Amino acid sequence: MATRIDLGQLRKLLDGGAQLVEVLPAAEYRDEHLPGAINLPLKQLDATSAAQLDQARPVVVYCWDSL
Amino acid sequence: MSPRAACRLQLLGFTQVYDYVAGKADWLAHGLPTEGEQAQVPRAKDVLRRDAVTAFSEEPVGQVAARVAGSPYGFALVVANDGTLLGRLRKAVLDADPAARAEQVMEAGPSTIRADRPLAELAERLGSRGLRTAIITAPDGKLLGVVRRADMEAQLGGQP
Repeated sequence: MATRIDLGQLRKLLDGGAQLVEVLPAAEYRDEHLPGAINLPLKQLDATSAAQLDQARPVVVYCWDSL
Repeated sequence: MSPRAACRLQLLGFTQVYDYVAGKADWLAHGLPTEGEQAQVPRAKDVLRRDAVTAFSEEPVGQVAARVAGSPYGFALVVANDGTLLGRLRKAVLDADPAARAEQVMEAGPSTIRADRPLAELAERLGSRGLRTAIITAPDGKLLGVVRRADMEAQLGGQP
């Protein structure tokens, strides 16, 4: 299970060079997303799409909220 | 959705995967910047003021009243040591017993709004209720500041 983090931990990870990934559909990403985030919608998340991420660096995923 | 995405990435071999579970809603509600087509929509965060007088719950009201007199507001906001909003001291109690402690006379749990609230909607809401200011808090209850209807109307080009 991935480590669950809050806003403060997110900021520290981003300061340290973590990659930020919004997993919502593309339309929602286009509307608004966190600065620097890339979009990998959950439905399209596979080895091919994930190849654009660097496995050596932390990856932070987020969606709309915890519900 | 993000827990499933995190799990998927781990199955794909990623070992440093984190889940910001509170997500975009939390980020927006803290008034933080965003990118995208809707990022320029005026929001409460764009007119946020951090100059409202704050007081601790054990403070004598007379002490707080002196600070409020030198501020552009007629009230003070009572906060805990960690910044959590506890209450509001309105002018009537500020002008009453100066020895009373803030927690004894404050209005507990005042209404608040989030920093990502669209400005046009918020200005209309305040206008319809005859309110001049609104309090902004983060999702964890910490005080971010206040917004003034006059600032909203100026930002919106005079539109209420």
